Amino acid sequence: MSGTVPTVAVDALTRIFRGRSGLRRIAWENAAVREVTFAIDAGESLALVGESGSGKTTIARMLVGLESPTSGRMWLGGHELTGRPGRETRRLRAASIQVVFQDPYTSLTPHQSVRSALDEVQGVFFSRSPAERQARTSALLEAVGLDQREGAALPRRLSGGQRQRAAIARALAVEPRVLILDEPVSALDVSIQAQILNLLADLRRSLDLTYLFITHDLAVVRQVADRVVVLYRGRVVELGRVEVILGHPLHPYTQRLLESVPRLHAIPQRRAAVIGELATGCVFRARCPLAQAICEQEPGLAEVGPGHSCRCWLVAAVEGAARTDLPTDVGGESCLPRAVPPPSGHGGTTGP
Amino acid sequence: MTDGVLLELRHVVTELPIDGEYLPVVREVSFVARRGEVVGLVGESGSGKSMTARSILRLLPRGGRTRGQILFDGADILTADSSTLRMLRARRIAMIFQDPRAHVDPLYRCGDHLDDALRIHLGLGRNAARTRSLELLAEVGIADPGRVYRSYPGELSGGMLQRVMIAGALAVDPDLLIADEPTTALDVTIQADIMAILDGLRHRRHLSAVFITHDLELAAMICDRVLVMYAGRVLEDRTTADLFSRPLHPYTAGLLRARPLLEGRRDRLETIPGRPPRLVEIGDGCPFAPRCGFVEDACRSGAPIPREVEPGQATACRRSEDLVAQLAPAGETR
Repeated sequence: MSGTVPTVAVDALTRIFRGRSGLRRIAWENAAVREVTFAIDAGESLALVGESGSGKTTIARMLVGLESPTSGRMWLGGHELTGRPGRETRRLRAASIQVVFQDPYTSLTPHQSVRSALDEVQGVFFSRSPAERQARTSALLEAVGLDQREGAALPRRLSGGQRQRAAIARALAVEPRVLILDEPVSALDVSIQAQILNLLADLRRSLDLTYLFITHDLAVVRQVADRVVVLYRGRVVELGRVEVILGHPLHPYTQRLLESVPRLHAIPQRRAAVIGELATGCVFRARCPLAQAICEQEPGLAEVGPGHSCRCWLVAAVEGAARTDLPTDVGGESCLPRAVPPPSGHGGTTGP
Repeated sequence: MTDGVLLELRHVVTELPIDGEYLPVVREVSFVARRGEVVGLVGESGSGKSMTARSILRLLPRGGRTRGQILFDGADILTADSSTLRMLRARRIAMIFQDPRAHVDPLYRCGDHLDDALRIHLGLGRNAARTRSLELLAEVGIADPGRVYRSYPGELSGGMLQRVMIAGALAVDPDLLIADEPTTALDVTIQADIMAILDGLRHRRHLSAVFITHDLELAAMICDRVLVMYAGRVLEDRTTADLFSRPLHPYTAGLLRARPLLEGRRDRLETIPGRPPRLVEIGDGCPFAPRCGFVEDACRSGAPIPREVEPGQATACRRSEDLVAQLAPAGETR
């Protein structure tokens, strides 16, 4: 952090959904996000990685105000968002944070052309003359690679990639400092994905943007992120620089994720499907191949290297040797999650 | 080499009525699946891979029509009468889908689905069917088959339900499994489990399969051969390892270079300009020509039919011999 104010920060952010369901109206409670803490520096790209139900989208929705936290705090450019009246937070957010969703079709107004949507945003946020608006709209279209004809089209006349370009242009129209990108390329074909990923990289450089990039695709993470937060069932289980998390992951869940990425000649191990989950202790306990008695207590997020944290008793026992609050019944090397060799050689897309 | 051929498609063309006009969504597709072989159909959306698979079972949308020949165990499915077709679908060719929830009755317990298949198609008694169902659920890696047997589809996760669908597909011990993007809707760790189950089954049961996916790497994990499809046509028909190390079509080469790598960031992803053509835009000649960096005038006319350039390796690119070196996957960190 080097003393500067982070562009986005969340501290112990928690969102619990409660409800009643079934014929007998049985009460349920689901902690979608549990005490999540991270900060993003100006110009940085942070990836939130996790599977369905990990809470990554809920975190994004809280940051842009579509959802309120149950507890915890959020900051945007040094201003706290939590504990302020709605009018003030709306203004803070509108000027500095925008979001691009996975499905551009449902996030664009169907009867409004891309041009007119961009014009309208400027009318709401800036007092500009019609000529200024037009010039700015043209510049935005050009920045995202849409020509004049595509700009005049309705969303349904555009292809998936063009719609995603339009959604990015609209997000940029208010000149935000932060873009939240929620699975922006997951619905696109590979040949179009590459175009959008390159565009996002160019925009980040030229406009000095800060990204919160939400995805489940680890190869995309490698391409776009500086740092990675790995979430499992609402908890941060591992956090660190992208080359560390993808090269030498320590948490058994991160290792499992990485092993699961399809590669040439790699036959994954088969594991029995587990129904249900365990309410207490480590969130990954039910699926963890290394789980033992200590894991019935929930481990804390412990620093295991420079800028690298991990929520696992077995990792903390060895890596954090200086800690004094360690449980005594944790074994040594033998129970350390096996090191995953950094992928190389025949991995990825090509053969030997 | 005709021994052991289970399924053979010859010049299959499938057309769908779109705005009152028949448009081809599958164009001149030919391939062979031998017994015990897994053939991958890989392509982006609109490439015709799903429609090719559906043509095999004659499960087309309303008004769809297919011509050519689809030989299953020597007999043409396209000319089969309805009772033969019913028998093929019930006993010999099974299909699993991307979204299991859309293909299962939510008001039946999972066990009832499996029992019904076994009792109706194999004539098992109530108890024998139940015993077999539980065995099948265990075979697809379910730790507590009894509980899943009693569950309604709505009570199970997508991954668990897909396991049940696989168990159901295998209940009648089919010769051929058609899997249409069976893991696309699932989380990556669950996808890995399902792929491992399919891989185990194919070896244990000597199963033949047509595996449809948009994910080249996923296809590489399980397929013996991979057909790359684009705009309804087969562009390459190759053995898996060869396809990835030595693509013989500019489209395949472009796809391989466009993917980000897990092993390290690429400075810039290579892109394929433009986008796949819409149905109405596809004309004569190579459908990839408008986006191809190696295009010549001759590419724009004549139908590109894959030709065998080496035994077992076919490509539709007329320039592939000249381009081998330029199409090789980029060096980088590989």
